[in-house]
Amino acid sequence: MIKFLVKGLLRDKSRSQMPIIVVAIGVMLTVFIHAYINGFMGDTIELNARFSHGHLKVMTKGYADNMSQTPNDLALLDSDSLLSSLQREYPTVAWVPRIQFGGLVDAPDSTGETRAQGPAMGMGIDFLSSASTEVERLNIPKSLVRGRLIQNAGEALISNLFAEKLGVVPGDVVTLIGSTMNGSMSMYNFTIVGTIAFGAEALDRGALIVDIEDARYALDMQNAAGEVLGFLEGGFYSDEDAIAIAQQFNALHADSSSEYAPVMKSLSQQGNMGSYVSLLNTWTGIISSIFVLAMALVLWNAGLLGSLRRYGEFGVRLAMGEEKGHVYRTLIYESVVIGVIGAAIGTAIGLFFALLLQVYGIDISGMMEGAAMMMPTVIKARITPVDYYLGLIPGLVSTVVGSMLAGVGIYRRQTAKLFKELEA
Amino acid sequence: MNLIDVKNLSKRFPMGKGEFTALKDINLTIGKGEFVGLIGPSGSGKTTLLNILGSLDVPSDGEAIVLGNSIGALSAKQSAMLRKESLGFIFQSYNLLQVHTVYENVEFPLLLLKLPAAERKKMVMDALAWVGLTDKAKSKPPQLSGGECQRVAIARAMVKRPSLVLADEPTANLDAANSHNILKTMEALNRDLNTTFVFATHDEKVIGYLRRKIFLLDGSIDKDEVVEHSKIAAS
Ligand SMILES: Nc1ncnc2c1ncn2[C@@H]1O[C@H](COP(=O)(O)OP(=O)(O)O)[C@@H](O)[C@H]1O
Ligand SMILES: [Mg+2]
Repeated sequence: MIKFLVKGLLRDKSRSQMPIIVVAIGVMLTVFIHAYINGFMGDTIELNARFSHGHLKVMTKGYADNMSQTPNDLALLDSDSLLSSLQREYPTVAWVPRIQFGGLVDAPDSTGETRAQGPAMGMGIDFLSSASTEVERLNIPKSLVRGRLIQNAGEALISNLFAEKLGVVPGDVVTLIGSTMNGSMSMYNFTIVGTIAFGAEALDRGALIVDIEDARYALDMQNAAGEVLGFLEGGFYSDEDAIAIAQQFNALHADSSSEYAPVMKSLSQQGNMGSYVSLLNTWTGIISSIFVLAMALVLWNAGLLGSLRRYGEFGVRLAMGEEKGHVYRTLIYESVVIGVIGAAIGTAIGLFFALLLQVYGIDISGMMEGAAMMMPTVIKARITPVDYYLGLIPGLVSTVVGSMLAGVGIYRRQTAKLFKELEA
Repeated sequence: MNLIDVKNLSKRFPMGKGEFTALKDINLTIGKGEFVGLIGPSGSGKTTLLNILGSLDVPSDGEAIVLGNSIGALSAKQSAMLRKESLGFIFQSYNLLQVHTVYENVEFPLLLLKLPAAERKKMVMDALAWVGLTDKAKSKPPQLSGGECQRVAIARAMVKRPSLVLADEPTANLDAANSHNILKTMEALNRDLNTTFVFATHDEKVIGYLRRKIFLLDGSIDKDEVVEHSKIAAS
């Protein structure tokens, strides 16, 4: 009997091949679109997290209130002990000190006179300590366009665009003109050792990256840090986790009214990232569910039509003495087989295309010029575990439910009536 | 014992707000080995009666006892069992499974009976021999002529050697030569295997072969006559 049904399934293309193709296409689109949205939206968040917001950020209350100005006069003063207590309290989070600073980069000519000047977005990161994870976090080796990484104190990396604008090349010495923690002017010389391009317009305009110890010297911020960033385990932002940690931390320091008391903010609690995170979640949710729903409807209909078409065959089988329950069950089993095969093929193809987009990406830098927010200039998909089973919803569930509904007719109708439809 | 015992049978179908009476107070017995036809114009209730005898439908009133089973009282399982074990159907439009071979179509009723493969093979080959289609075993219905399709349907109905075969307008889609061909085949099977055949028809060719004619008119039996042997011999 099983052999008989399998033969029927294989030979009747409108019963096997067609529905499998329809299911596979639907599932493929669902999986691909989901990975794509996730990738684009997630990359944007990750980019902002790594370069400026962290998944979590600890600052002084005063600094937090004026975060957009990076007021280093309100920096965290004993950053080393804060860092070690954070590492103790939240060992699963990677904590790193950062100093963000503004300033003017001055490129002198051979006589020491100013040849070119430009505003810099400075970033002091832990480059040289043996335990540093920052170089990798900011993807600096891969972003290097010319020259080499920072290996000694007094060295700096500069964004490639900025370097071109200033006319500096690796080996040149530039002067950073900024202000110290106490408000007086500071001048500090750096040797440019390499140029970088991160692939994010907002960064590539004027980034200057130095070791945090150098930044501390330059800005007179001994043992201070503007911010301590925290990165969650697993490398991806989870709003729930981040908010929970921030809440717990802030409860400990709630009673201090000092401007210098530390506060912790999740990425979503910083600036307009919150609305972006919720926008992202909403849109990922909406687009994915619309898609899953639409595909589910299409596939459900395909299941329904495919089964209705076969009432005649069912009538014959019932007339031969097959039981209704058996006819119904075989219909469902068939749709499970179709759904599983279709969903498997569709998921495989969808993941394949998503993987292509994850590895190669699509360059959209042209569209990103002048963007204020840090957005990736390369659209990439991101395959998440969900993508391995997301396709089952439209693929398997709807196909089977469609068949189930259609199959109800087998029970409802008098067998004689199934024939009427057959004779017609 | 009679093969079929119909007592005061009526069948009504819901229609609009009221009901439509398709069969009125039918009384009828059919014995083993008969070659009998329900004859009447279109809409006279032939198919309705045949469906009830085949346990594809149930009476509204009265009783239809087929092989000792009261059709209206059977559960779905029991009526499936009756069809599976004792009834064969032949339809006007053949109703073969299009993607399955002739062999597989004929084998299907034996699969339902869960017979062993060797036995199935022998029975299928016998049935194909009866209808003269041994060489078409591997063909599929779309490759066959109408006459050949109906012969496959006869083989399918006969393969399990049922007590009763119900044939609803079996010649309606066939030309004269093919009609006579299948009627002769069925006549021979009736004679050799003592299978009871009940036809529903208004085709003169079929009527010519019948040994008993039950005339239906507007859902009632109008006439029930047994044909004398001399008459059949003459035709
Ligand atoms: N399922 C049904 N619902 C309503 N009316 C039906 C149904 N089946 C048959 N009828 C009606 O019953 C009458 C007899 O039909 P049928 O037995 O098919 O006639 P025949 O086979 O003699 O042409 C017809 O008038 C037909 O319209
Ligand atoms: Mg009819």
